[in-house]
Amino acid sequence: MSLPAVVPLSWYLLLSAVLFTIGVVGVLVRRNALVIFMSIELMLNAANLAFVAFARDLQSLDGQVFVFFVMTVAAAEVAIGLAIIVNVFRLKETVYVDEINLLKG
Amino acid sequence: MITTALFLAFAALLVGCSLMVILHRNPVTSALFLVLAFCSLAGIYLLLQAEFLAMVQVIVYAGAIMVLFLFVIMYLNLKRDVEDGMPHVLRRFVGWGIGALLLIEGAVYFGRRWALGATLPEPAPTVGNTAAIGQILYSRYLFPFEITSVLLIVAILGAVRIVRGRVAPVTPPEGSS
Repeated sequence: MSLPAVVPLSWYLLLSAVLFTIGVVGVLVRRNALVIFMSIELMLNAANLAFVAFARDLQSLDGQVFVFFVMTVAAAEVAIGLAIIVNVFRLKETVYVDEINLLKG
Repeated sequence: MITTALFLAFAALLVGCSLMVILHRNPVTSALFLVLAFCSLAGIYLLLQAEFLAMVQVIVYAGAIMVLFLFVIMYLNLKRDVEDGMPHVLRRFVGWGIGALLLIEGAVYFGRRWALGATLPEPAPTVGNTAAIGQILYSRYLFPFEITSVLLIVAILGAVRIVRGRVAPVTPPEGSS
């Protein structure tokens, strides 16, 4: 089997899909809120990879600019999310999402 | 040829590290594997000729965001996760089932729309990627870029406000009233 000289676009997309799926499974399977956050980061990065691959395919830089904005939103989201997790830990002494049931009547 | 080999190596590293992130019981180990996954993703960005994003990926993601993660994990002093009980088995079954379904759906869709073998065209010779991104960011995307600063300010203020919370009421200094 000989490798193609140029990596096809579909390989990047497939890698992106695999990465996104791993993120989804992580969110569904784990119950540690911090690991769930890391899985969300994986999904964001899968979307970024698709953006960059399409930007290269279309010879356009707009996709890369969007990745820049996605990274900004991810940074803001992590800061707020970790602050919430720290606060919940102070209140409930746990980071397991199935033990956090403050909204349950 | 060498590009394809590098892509395959980085992709294998990326998928392996991502799997370790969701499979390992120790949150610190998960975070460190996530750093490695982000670094290999930066390598793939380099193969896609997005040097600026590769650098930002390493600096912002592998640097800043993961340091924040590790800091919080150590601050909370977490032990290894305990995973037991019937609901956990059920959740694991459902989680992997949905994941497999999603992957098959994505593969079928991609295979139909972008069939294997479609090759990326050779990129046009350009000036530095960073300069080009700067040009477009400060012209066409100037307004979203400025909005980004508002977003970051909101994130900073929100994080500080949430963490201070009601735990430590601020006592005004003497005589300020």
